[in-house]
Amino acid sequence: MSSTQFDMMVLVLGVCGILLVASFVGYVLERRLSPDGSNSVIENLNARINAWWVMAILIAMAFVAGRIGVLLLFGFCSFAALREFVTLTNTRRADHWALATAFFVVLPLQYVLLWIENYEIFSVFIPVYAFLLMPIISAVRGDTQHFLVRIAEVQWALMICVFCASHVPALLTLHIPGYAGRNVLLIAFLVIVVQLSDVLQYIWGKMIGRTKIAPRLSPSKTVEGFLGGVACASLVGAGLWWITPFSPLQAGAMAFLITLMGFFGGLVMSAIKRDRGVKDWGHLIDGHGGLIDRLDSVVFSAPIFFHLTRYFWSPG
Amino acid sequence: MKSLIAKPVAVVVLLFARAITAVRPFWHEGRLPRRRSIFFANHSSHGDFILIWAVLPPRLRRRVRPVAGADYWLKSRLRSFIGRDVFNGVLIDRNRDGRTMDPVESMGEAMKEGSSLILFPEGTRNQSDASLQPFKSGLFHLAALHPDFELVPVWIANLNRVMPKGEFVPIPLICTVTFGEPMHLADGEEKDMFLERAREALLALAPKKAVE
Repeated sequence: MSSTQFDMMVLVLGVCGILLVASFVGYVLERRLSPDGSNSVIENLNARINAWWVMAILIAMAFVAGRIGVLLLFGFCSFAALREFVTLTNTRRADHWALATAFFVVLPLQYVLLWIENYEIFSVFIPVYAFLLMPIISAVRGDTQHFLVRIAEVQWALMICVFCASHVPALLTLHIPGYAGRNVLLIAFLVIVVQLSDVLQYIWGKMIGRTKIAPRLSPSKTVEGFLGGVACASLVGAGLWWITPFSPLQAGAMAFLITLMGFFGGLVMSAIKRDRGVKDWGHLIDGHGGLIDRLDSVVFSAPIFFHLTRYFWSPG
Repeated sequence: MKSLIAKPVAVVVLLFARAITAVRPFWHEGRLPRRRSIFFANHSSHGDFILIWAVLPPRLRRRVRPVAGADYWLKSRLRSFIGRDVFNGVLIDRNRDGRTMDPVESMGEAMKEGSSLILFPEGTRNQSDASLQPFKSGLFHLAALHPDFELVPVWIANLNRVMPKGEFVPIPLICTVTFGEPMHLADGEEKDMFLERAREALLALAPKKAVE
């Protein structure tokens, strides 16, 4: 067994252990507080834990399948996220071909560029080419009503759901000296730290949360939850230095940065939901809402994590 | 032979519809519909009945037949295969002149055999700006003839954006199917009053426009 496989095994066992504890706690809480299924917080908690099992297993399977598995998993995430996002936009019939292009040309191409490891085009394909092409397609249909709003929404949807999300699997393309063959662990580091931060903020908030941090955007987020969650997740990140090319201190700083980005990503995406009058982005994941509800923090942290790692650890 | 490939085709259509729309049902008070129901829904796309069919539990799905226009579904061999063999549609002649079978009669036959129906009382796809067009009278006659059937209003949201008329590439968007409270024809209720009541019940299920 290679050291990468061994480290991955340790991570999988660790995650399984945490989920087992969570399932056990959820079971005890349900027996004590909600034996007839009437306590919605407990019911939602258990639905979330069950969904976590499914998500963890899916990610583990993608890792086992290798590069193609990771690309397919995040390609699907991009597709489902884009589907949720575009549902809430003001697009009109005149945008039909632009949207078809976004779903069936731009999205697959972005992941093909990762597959062939063409970073030069990957990094500008959506911000430059799609950015210019999509409004052209919409414009030739001649419908000018809310034109700027419509093209801006489609571009934003592509940036968030495809461009930013694709920076998670893009970690596989980095060439870091002394880290060859271990890149998949960088994805594990990012996903574990960001998601753990979300979970810890939720737990800290539920336990000691008093002061609302952004009542108009997200009534469930509290200062106590934010501080506790970010601090704990950063510590866990530092403790995971052995799966990264970073020193413990660097790993902690990276974890701190991506949990911050994740937190603010959640706020931004909440602002969009409030504006559109919905509670969740969709219903793909039982107990969590839509895929974007779970992916929002990863999407905001992934590009920053990718670029910092590339800039400082991947020479040339 | 036809029936042999009809089942796999139905599964493929179902998977495709789910991949594009991630369709989700909202049941009235969380209760599944009864075995004998007429589902009457808004109509904006040829795929409307597929979404209702897709969200029904398999036990109900086996016994539900969509009502559709013969002029559209018998036009080509592929359409007739999908409309008749795959979805077991009750194909009615919408052209008043020179039809040999009364639509209410065909639908009544299917109900007597124990089938539920999916019905679009607007008659044709709604291309107008209005949320809902006036209802045709078929629903009233069926309600009068078969009081044991529950009439369930069903609102299909967003499918018109997935594939507007004249386009052939569907855009993936999330669709919902909302089931309303089952209703019956009241004693001595007049046709126009009943149709208006049914129309209001369906319209009440339409999501409020979040934007603008």
